[in-house]
Amino acid sequence: MREVLIWLNDQLLRMQWLSDLVTLLVRDGFGLDPTSQVGGSIHFFIYDVIKIFILLSVLIFSISYVQSYFPPERTRRILGQREGLGANVIAALLGTITPFCSCSSIPLFIGFTSAGLPLAVTFSFLISSPLVDLASVILLASIFNWSIALAYVAIGLVLAVLGGTLIGRLKLEDQVEGFVYQSPVSDHDNDGAISRRERVSYAAEQVIEIVHRVWLYVLIGVGIGAAIHNWIPETFISALLGQDKWWSVLVATIVGVPMYADIFGTLPIAEALVQKGVGLGTALTFMMAVTALSLPSMIMLKRVVKLPLLIVFIGIVTVGIILIGYTFNATAHLFV
Amino acid sequence: MIIKILGSGCKKCAALEENAKAAAKTAAINADIEKVTDIVAIAGYGVMSTPGLVIDEKVVASGRVLSASEIGALLQES
Repeated sequence: MREVLIWLNDQLLRMQWLSDLVTLLVRDGFGLDPTSQVGGSIHFFIYDVIKIFILLSVLIFSISYVQSYFPPERTRRILGQREGLGANVIAALLGTITPFCSCSSIPLFIGFTSAGLPLAVTFSFLISSPLVDLASVILLASIFNWSIALAYVAIGLVLAVLGGTLIGRLKLEDQVEGFVYQSPVSDHDNDGAISRRERVSYAAEQVIEIVHRVWLYVLIGVGIGAAIHNWIPETFISALLGQDKWWSVLVATIVGVPMYADIFGTLPIAEALVQKGVGLGTALTFMMAVTALSLPSMIMLKRVVKLPLLIVFIGIVTVGIILIGYTFNATAHLFV
Repeated sequence: MIIKILGSGCKKCAALEENAKAAAKTAAINADIEKVTDIVAIAGYGVMSTPGLVIDEKVVASGRVLSASEIGALLQES
């Protein structure tokens, strides 16, 4: 039984068959040695690009189907019924099944806040939404393994719950732009009206839309990954980001925070870094920093919150990510 | 009558706009169709998922592309 599961995991998730096929292609098709520098980078690039796009399409389709049951109006209603820490936990969990796009964070922020949801709950949701989603979990399992994927989700959710709670405690309600509270609350929930066929076509549209939006980031990400994998000397990477370097997590954070990329584009970079001996915590910190915070999303958030609240939000998330990085580096032996 | 399409320029917003135009034409209503693309302005209508449809400053639908006949029915109501 266990062997069957391992086989399924290797073939379906890690796509060993694809790796073998690409090896054949690189060796017999291109006449290159897959273990050489050039052949190795080409193998990494082709294999990762195809794998990510296959997984992405399948995953986005399934998740969008589930998502069609949780439009933001329904999420808001569910959250409005809870109080205290429970509301934060539910907010963090619902964040994992709501849209991937950081562009939807502003309407959600205004919609939640004007309906009277506490800042604590809204921020738990806002932190968890870009950071953890089901597609990234399965991709993490594919690239690393299941225990790393589950650990990533768990700490992502903890960060969302604690970060949101902390922001709530600071009583920063007056740091939200006034018009947000005056925005009307509209509750057009089409949930009951949607047929199964509409859900399927919604899911298919989401696949096209998201692939359209992220393909370039994926190619760039895999390209950087392939370069790290075969061209940048290991000594250079370990001098900068090595396990024994105390500053590695800080460097990963500083580089990652302003960057804007999808988690699907950052995964191949993290993969290549880990293969080059960078600590798991450092790689995860980099991924979280890129996805949870970015200059474009900060600029958008600035339109609805005042500077002190924005700084508190960025500060809490940044510190959280750094702590997670050090914790993971210290306990990495438990996961690999 | 003023019909507004709320959305930051996605494909679905264009589809909704087409359907709204067709509905207005079928119903022989002289309607101005405007696009609202600023995300804060969209949220100002209380809409969280785009595309949204606004008829005479009243939100009548969000998060879904309504068919021309559905829009036609809404136009009759208002």
